[in-house]
Amino acid sequence: MSLTFSLAHLMGGVILLAAFSLLSQRRLAAMITLYQVQALVLSAAAFWQGYAQGEANLYLTGLITLIIKALILPLSLREIVLRFNLMRAVETAMPVAVSMVLGVALIGVAVLVVLPTTPGNISLTREDLAIALSVVLLGLLMMTTRRGALAQIIGFLSTENGLVLAAIGMPGMPFVAEFSVALLVLLAFLVVGVFLFRIREHFDSLDLSGLEQIERRGR
Amino acid sequence: MMAAILPVLLAVLATMVHAALLFALAPGLMGVVSKMRAWALGRRGAPVVQPYRQLYKLLRKTTLIPETATDAYPYWPLACFLSVSVAGLLIPSFVTGMVTAPLSDFITLIGLFALARAATMLGGLETGFSFGGAGAQREALFGVFAEGALLVTILTFALIAHATTVDGIAVAFRDGHIGISVSLAFALAATLAVALTETGRIPTDNPAGHLELAMVHEAMLLEYSGRYLLLFEYAAMLRLMVWMSLIGAVFLPFWMGRAGDVLSWPLGLALWVGKLGGMAVILPLFEISSAKMRVFRVPEFLGVAMLLGALAAVFLFVAERIGS
Repeated sequence: MSLTFSLAHLMGGVILLAAFSLLSQRRLAAMITLYQVQALVLSAAAFWQGYAQGEANLYLTGLITLIIKALILPLSLREIVLRFNLMRAVETAMPVAVSMVLGVALIGVAVLVVLPTTPGNISLTREDLAIALSVVLLGLLMMTTRRGALAQIIGFLSTENGLVLAAIGMPGMPFVAEFSVALLVLLAFLVVGVFLFRIREHFDSLDLSGLEQIERRGR
Repeated sequence: MMAAILPVLLAVLATMVHAALLFALAPGLMGVVSKMRAWALGRRGAPVVQPYRQLYKLLRKTTLIPETATDAYPYWPLACFLSVSVAGLLIPSFVTGMVTAPLSDFITLIGLFALARAATMLGGLETGFSFGGAGAQREALFGVFAEGALLVTILTFALIAHATTVDGIAVAFRDGHIGISVSLAFALAATLAVALTETGRIPTDNPAGHLELAMVHEAMLLEYSGRYLLLFEYAAMLRLMVWMSLIGAVFLPFWMGRAGDVLSWPLGLALWVGKLGGMAVILPLFEISSAKMRVFRVPEFLGVAMLLGALAAVFLFVAERIGS
């Protein structure tokens, strides 16, 4: 196995590891730090793939990831935590142990889905794809198992990291797609930030169960 | 005739050097770790030779046996010390192919660590003193999960190296072109979590803690004094050394010497000391940057380690199916 692929896989593995430990974290500060680590490794992976594939586009992807996701987003998330004086502990909808077992099951699903559906592809991108799909699924799982809005945002961002990981692993992926995805995330983040303000104004907390109650009453 | 005997003699010599260094350097390693920790916290710290002085002091102290203890009381420290020592003799440090190499099976090692743990726990229960019982209970809780996680992790090593002995794994990782793989990264994370628990370092237990309610390992030793305490403390120092050597042998076996080749020994020795030194710096840095967990969070921590071990094996199958 050549160094190119093993290093790429190792970085994919570290990203998956970060997604997995995000799932097991209970404190917001640690979650943000883990997300930052994940984004840093992702940008390193993008630079490495750019070097390996000889694509200048991927360097740009790496740079965008580094600046937006590894620096600006975590800093502003921390700012939100500070300004809203949020609860530092994350409320979970189910025991952390159960969600971790579910996480492992989802990784198994990702592996089982990716392997038979990509028989003809370049063999080594498949493992990358399995890892990326696992990261996406773990992010989704995190969004469903966490109550706090901020924790859900971090889950969403982690999902998006998985998508970018899949994109940089594929040779010949047009850069436009990634650019739009990155912008989309920033946009979504801004929108959610505004939403947070509104939710906070109305309910004095970022707990989404308040919204559900209103929904029920409205029906 | 001479040519047939020479490799055996060299293997015996290597084992003896290994044993001598292991027993001589273990307190020193603990001293270096404590010193680094003190420095990282901005303190001056005790001198590196402090653990040696501590052991010497314990050697001269009167050994008291509590009235409530049974006749088995003096044997638990001995059992604990001996099982850790045997484990230490099995794990290769600076060369592979020692006399004890064929015995260094991972399952045997888990059994030896379990034996040491059981002896410590029984020693803690011996006097019927409540803190000792609480410590033993916690140790048992941690032990169940730590052993499970290590057992699952071994699957990955065995599949990659086609061997279950530590020596065989070290040889396979040194000579074969294993490369970097996701599975090994996961296995490393799982092994580190187990090692931190086994050696009683900070996320699970605080070796410097003096609050009885939060103690685990130390709580079981509270009733021991003099030479019995010396055996327990020496066993704890050896355990740290043994785990560092184990991690070094499995994950960083590059340029480890061969027992049959004397010229490869110096490099292996230098590398081994370097590995121990590196880990003795990283461990305190990790310790001061994290907080001790609540007792009931520890099974979760080790549960993550177990799941990571399982994931390592899963990804191994993914890669192997692709590679072939």
